[in-house]
Amino acid sequence: MSHTTDTAGAGAGPMLAADGTPLKRSLNRALRRQKLRALMLIAPLLLFVLLTFIAPIADMLFRSVENQIVSDTLPETVETLSDWDHTTQAPPSETVYEALYFDMFVAAEAKEHTRLGGRLNYEMSGLSSLIRSSGRSLDDLGDDYLDALEAIDPAWGEGAFWFELMSGEGEAAEEVITARRRAVAQMTGDRLGGDTGFAPSAEIAALLPRTTRAYSDFAVFTALVDGDVVAEEDPWESVYVGLALDLQQADVSGYAGPGGDALRAAQADLDSLPLMPLSQFFDEEVDADWNDPEVWAVIQTYSPRYTTGYFLNAVDLQLTPDGVATRPERESIYIMLFKRTLFMSLTITLSCILLGYPVAWLLANLPSSKANLLMILVLLPFWTSLLVRTSAWKVMLQQQGVINDVLVWLGLVADNDRLVMINNQFGTIVAMTHILLPFMILPLYSVMQGIPPSYLRAAKSLGATNWTAFWRVYFPQSVPGIGAGSILVFILAIGYYITPEIVGGTTGTFISNRIAYHISSSLNWGLAAALGAILLAVVLLLYWAYDRIVGIDNVKLG
Amino acid sequence: MALTIAKPTSAIFAAGVAAVFGAFFGIFVGTASGSALLGLLGGAVLIFALGWAAVAFLREQERPARWGILILFVAGGFLFAGVPGIVLGLIFGTFFGWLVYYVASGRYRTGMPPYSTPRQVLWHFAFRTIAGMILIFLITPILVVMPLSFNAEDFFTFTPEMLSFDPAGYSLKHYRDFFNTSDWQGALWNSVRIAPVATLLAVGFGTLAAIGLSQPHVPFRRAIMAILISPMIVPLIISAAGMYFFYSRIGLQGTYLGVVLAHAALGIPFVIITVTATLVGFDNSLTRAAANMGADPVTTFFRVQMPLILPGVISGGLFAFITSFDEVVVVLFVGSAGQKTLPWQMFIGLREQISPTILAVATILVAISIALLTTVELLRRRSERLRGMSPS
Repeated sequence: MSHTTDTAGAGAGPMLAADGTPLKRSLNRALRRQKLRALMLIAPLLLFVLLTFIAPIADMLFRSVENQIVSDTLPETVETLSDWDHTTQAPPSETVYEALYFDMFVAAEAKEHTRLGGRLNYEMSGLSSLIRSSGRSLDDLGDDYLDALEAIDPAWGEGAFWFELMSGEGEAAEEVITARRRAVAQMTGDRLGGDTGFAPSAEIAALLPRTTRAYSDFAVFTALVDGDVVAEEDPWESVYVGLALDLQQADVSGYAGPGGDALRAAQADLDSLPLMPLSQFFDEEVDADWNDPEVWAVIQTYSPRYTTGYFLNAVDLQLTPDGVATRPERESIYIMLFKRTLFMSLTITLSCILLGYPVAWLLANLPSSKANLLMILVLLPFWTSLLVRTSAWKVMLQQQGVINDVLVWLGLVADNDRLVMINNQFGTIVAMTHILLPFMILPLYSVMQGIPPSYLRAAKSLGATNWTAFWRVYFPQSVPGIGAGSILVFILAIGYYITPEIVGGTTGTFISNRIAYHISSSLNWGLAAALGAILLAVVLLLYWAYDRIVGIDNVKLG
Repeated sequence: MALTIAKPTSAIFAAGVAAVFGAFFGIFVGTASGSALLGLLGGAVLIFALGWAAVAFLREQERPARWGILILFVAGGFLFAGVPGIVLGLIFGTFFGWLVYYVASGRYRTGMPPYSTPRQVLWHFAFRTIAGMILIFLITPILVVMPLSFNAEDFFTFTPEMLSFDPAGYSLKHYRDFFNTSDWQGALWNSVRIAPVATLLAVGFGTLAAIGLSQPHVPFRRAIMAILISPMIVPLIISAAGMYFFYSRIGLQGTYLGVVLAHAALGIPFVIITVTATLVGFDNSLTRAAANMGADPVTTFFRVQMPLILPGVISGGLFAFITSFDEVVVVLFVGSAGQKTLPWQMFIGLREQISPTILAVATILVAISIALLTTVELLRRRSERLRGMSPS
């Protein structure tokens, strides 16, 4: 201690703390320790909220642009299709159809093609059934080829023979099987660990590329998804199609590996197979729609891994091959729904101000014993379950409900034309105004309590009329309360789901009901996520405004 | 405020004011029985005569006169409409008896400055009537549900038997339904299983973080606060959608744990807000004093800080509890049939198979919320008292 005083007294060098370190550093260290302790206390909760809440929101935002399903399910098709020019109005080349056949075959085996169909159906109706039915007819061609091949050599129908042929001799092309495994894993979303127990020989892979691809798909699927032994299973029909395509081009005369003779015999007798180009097969045997350039244009437009398509759909636009276009009139509902949500939230906010202001005034100007008693009438609904209040309104507003009964009994309404007050906008507005009214009254009340009544009396004693005194003196002071209450009510109203769902019918529903519909009924999660993202943006904007006006720290409860 | 001395008014004036109300209620009686105009005139004349007679002859005998009016009304109501008429007679008899003497004695002016003009007086009472009607609007739905839950029929409205106070019109069958149906009991059990665990999680993490947040130097305080409050700000449907997507990715969708975690996240902002609000008034010299006397931080926390902020913690916990207990949107998406809670079952009941059992459940829930409201209010008072004790 004396050391510190000495140096300080001498005026030379930095001030030192008791332990001899410079005071500044010591203080800094103490401050750092304090900060660290605060953060340590906050960290568990922060982590918890990040994991259970922020991550889901981030996931939702990610889903609103994510579009990996097309390129995951039809990887090669998407790749070969990228060169195609949709403006020619001609279907793509044979290469694309070949890629489609093999991609689709795996997808159909993995039952992933229905998901793809569902995805593409959002963009062009009819694609779901096209893809689903196509998945069923892919086997036919391979079956025909197999029959012809078995006539040449019965060995073609045996799994063991195929395994031997494809495994070949010499160096194995491991990279082929790894690539196929990755492709299948990406499509199914499974990890697909373990050993396939198969790798094509490099020679075969070079000689019969399509067969190798199809057989590798088959091997990966058989070994890793079904858990069977590859050599014991008969290969997929796509393998025969691949073989027929390869034999039309490859020169197998010099191949000395196992099965070489069978290959040569098959190639010599290739004409006995009912050969047809895959484009013709898709057009004639599967579905003529595959010849439609528009189908291909949709696939091409939605092949990137990320798309703005969902967001465009959410504002009644559409991503077409030629750029952004408006949706047909009968399909555009979202702009209307957003407008309705905003309009109804505004109406509800306004009615809350109109109803809440007098009550808050009364509560703030009564002696506190009476005010506390009346406060119970405000707090009881606030604390009552939302479902209870919604069901109460359903009970009251129905055509056979309490309000109509009273009106009929009083003779104000004839029994045979009772008022329709539910399942429309009126019902939603009344019920939600009631439900959100406490959120308006409470902030208004706390602001009004802080306005000294003497101001009003001073204004009146200076000659102001009642109205002038209120409008020029009292009201401006209560505006912060109106602002806080309005934003609170508006934020809450804009995202409401339960009440509009129960009392809103078809004309009184909000955008949130549409989001729920897309999640649970139409399963268009991307669109639901995009709608949610837009709604979230609006709410965050309002929240930011609320923070500027009121401050988050000033939120009070009860 | 008792600046104004009550000056008795004339019998004509008091009777006239009462007659206006008489005319107003007369309209309804009139329309119910045929002619609105007749009702209006009848109501006005009848009440005027009654009021004038009461004030003119019995001005000083207020108490017996009011009883007389009440008895007249009850008798009239019974003759007119039987048992329900008695109730209406009770209500209106009390009201008019009070009104006539309230005006006649001039008591109505005591709450106002002596210089108020008649128009100001009128506006004063008109305003209170309007505010009163809004308060009635707030409370009516809850008051309507309660008697309806004792309906003996499967209707959502008052049956004639109920209106005539016939005991046969009332029954506890919807309550029996609630306690005997496995759907409802399962839902109740699920709610009871989920809400307390979610509350415990929210309160545990939340209190710690609130204490951290109230330290004087917290880096990124605003950003952290924004993140922690966000579950309250983000619309429930968006939280539900996000959680549904994310929890199904990691296998929590449709599990008990998933619902508990989701509800805990939703309850956290309430704990943070109430506990930080309590900590604002917390005197930090108390902890320093404790440390000074040799208490370690854990002892200080449990023996000094915790007892003082306990009211805030409990009321935050109650908010978190009611959030989870009432929550339906998120559980609808994150839960599966195995986590069907009470609000979920009510939601199904309202949307699909409308059964009056819902009203019985609603009444029970209202009773629970009254209990919670009372607890929170008592805690708030206690907290204020404690805060008044410590200098801030």
